[in-house]
Amino acid sequence: MDLFEYQARDLFEKHGVPVLAGAVATTADEAFAAASKMGGRVVVKAQVKVGGRGKAGGVKLAENAEDAREKAAAILGMDIKGHIVHQVMIAQAAPIEAEYYLAILLDRSNRTFLVMASVAGGMDIEEVAKTAPEKLAKVPVSAVDGISAAQAMKIIAQAAFPADVADQVADVLVTLWKAFAAEDATLVEVNPLVKTSDGKIIALDGKVTLDENAEFRQPSHEALVDHSATNPLEALAKEKGLNYVKLEGQVGIIGNGAGLVMSTLDVVAYAGEKFGGMRPANFLDIGGGASAQVMADGLSIILGDKDVKSVFVNVFGGITACDAVANGIVAALATLGAAATKPIVVRLDGNNVEEGRSILNAANHPLVEQLDTMDGAASRAAELAAK
Amino acid sequence: MAIFINSASKVIVQGMTGSEGTKHTRRMLASGTAVVGGVTPGKGGQIVDIDGHQLPVFNTVAEAMAATGANTSVVFVPPKFAKAAVIDAVDAAMPLVVVITEGIPVHDSAFFYTYAKEKGSTQIIGPNCPGLISPGKSNVGIIPANITQAGPIGLVSKSGTLTYQMMYELRDIGFSTAVGIGGDPVIGTTHIDCLRAFQDDPETTAIVMIGEIGGDAEERAAAFIAEYVTKPVVGYVAGFTAPEGKTMGHAGAIVSGSSGTAVAKKDALEAAGVKVGQTPSETARYMRAILGR
Repeated sequence: MDLFEYQARDLFEKHGVPVLAGAVATTADEAFAAASKMGGRVVVKAQVKVGGRGKAGGVKLAENAEDAREKAAAILGMDIKGHIVHQVMIAQAAPIEAEYYLAILLDRSNRTFLVMASVAGGMDIEEVAKTAPEKLAKVPVSAVDGISAAQAMKIIAQAAFPADVADQVADVLVTLWKAFAAEDATLVEVNPLVKTSDGKIIALDGKVTLDENAEFRQPSHEALVDHSATNPLEALAKEKGLNYVKLEGQVGIIGNGAGLVMSTLDVVAYAGEKFGGMRPANFLDIGGGASAQVMADGLSIILGDKDVKSVFVNVFGGITACDAVANGIVAALATLGAAATKPIVVRLDGNNVEEGRSILNAANHPLVEQLDTMDGAASRAAELAAK
Repeated sequence: MAIFINSASKVIVQGMTGSEGTKHTRRMLASGTAVVGGVTPGKGGQIVDIDGHQLPVFNTVAEAMAATGANTSVVFVPPKFAKAAVIDAVDAAMPLVVVITEGIPVHDSAFFYTYAKEKGSTQIIGPNCPGLISPGKSNVGIIPANITQAGPIGLVSKSGTLTYQMMYELRDIGFSTAVGIGGDPVIGTTHIDCLRAFQDDPETTAIVMIGEIGGDAEERAAAFIAEYVTKPVVGYVAGFTAPEGKTMGHAGAIVSGSSGTAVAKKDALEAAGVKVGQTPSETARYMRAILGR
């Protein structure tokens, strides 16, 4: 889960990473109130989870609270690369002398954590990595040992931070590591980390990504979820404990196992090319069990998607046997009754496939059609969606 | 031969007394795996009867190894306790630890992967994987044993159900070993580890490699194939239609910006001479063509 900047700021503050005062506002009046309280010049910053806000006009300096109100009114509602601005952060303005970059992240390729540090902050770090790689220090961090004060000093020296800020930046790095570990983050990025004219080091802007697998021990993370951005069907699926992602297509997909479902989407899109560009409408993994209840929940979510014109149920009976899955489909359709209105193409394969197919044949549901192969069934589902 | 597990594998189940652990211990026993005991801290000393097999339960992996001579562990404990369970196995120098558990925080898996690497005596497979099977010899994890048979193909996959699908498509030819390495961002055994083992295994004559979006493991594997693997490899990659920034079921299956895309993986594999099918069935047909069956 990616956080908004203001959430990252709050999280930094909680762990003792130096930040400036900041408050979130959803209206121009709230922005005015926050700026009045802060006093002096403030920065009004669009809160969107996408880079390039500044260039898009989503970050403005305001001379006073009245100016902050105007700037906020202009920024709220902006569309930045498809992200509508619903909130702005009012941040204390700071006289900046230098901009640096500091991040800790999960390095998947090397199965370790990684510190990235640079004295060339304030710009897109991928650009720095490309154009001036010598300015970006990348230092692996052991997931067992973490970052000690001594190691932080070494990293800061390697990144060639000026001597007058080295100690402070090393301190920030150690604190940042503590926040990274304590919050089960996979990314904490400070860009820019600034030196103010009075020589202080401040995290001026931050990006944080949290590991959703750690929810069971991070109860405070639930409050950070941006429910306004969640698709209603995705929210409903989550309530039912289903793994669902809404896509822009016409063929509803139900399958078991993440890999097989991803593959099903691809095979449908591939087959759909022959039928006017039919595409998968969603990702839905009902898992290994595929009980009648889960099948009913899954089908009802997919049939609730008005974009869906046909449904493709693609199940490989590995741990579950196909007869159990077929019984699940029959029971689900009985539960749904008249709510089931779209053609459903079913492909069963694997354990007890003959029994499974016989059960569906015997049920003889008018909406259900069976095909033997995944490729054939995908093609039929795309064809039905195009009708 | 086969890789990683064979008929000499003696398996203990960490979390055997839990519902998933019991269910899959039963299935492993039914497929002929030598399950010799279980580990559940606090329940040491009990004997559990699973389908007539009297299986001793131990408090620690070290005790279980000393008493049974186990050389493989399979972990079914819930995410909350998985880190401690794997560390227990690594501390006991268990040679192979297969972590089935899904939903382990990545800080925990990064920790136990690093910890095991530093100790140097444990190979971890997973987490969030279906385990592995050398048909007719040993089956460690949750892969259904009855959908295939022993044969000359080696299979490595991030995905469980795609593993089953491929095993089933090629069931008449059969497999030396099929390894599900898992769909998490940090896993203990990679495509490359399996490719190397299959290349070195005289019983394996051809390899199927299944990947999916996220990370760069497939690209690395492609480079490794070009450099080391002389046996024919066919491939499949899932996730061409996955939108950027969305996790597709597996914690590691996410396209971030322009990295981790299915197209990049397919291109890298093809550049290394791997025939990549557009669907699992097409991939299976490529394998049949290679083996002339």
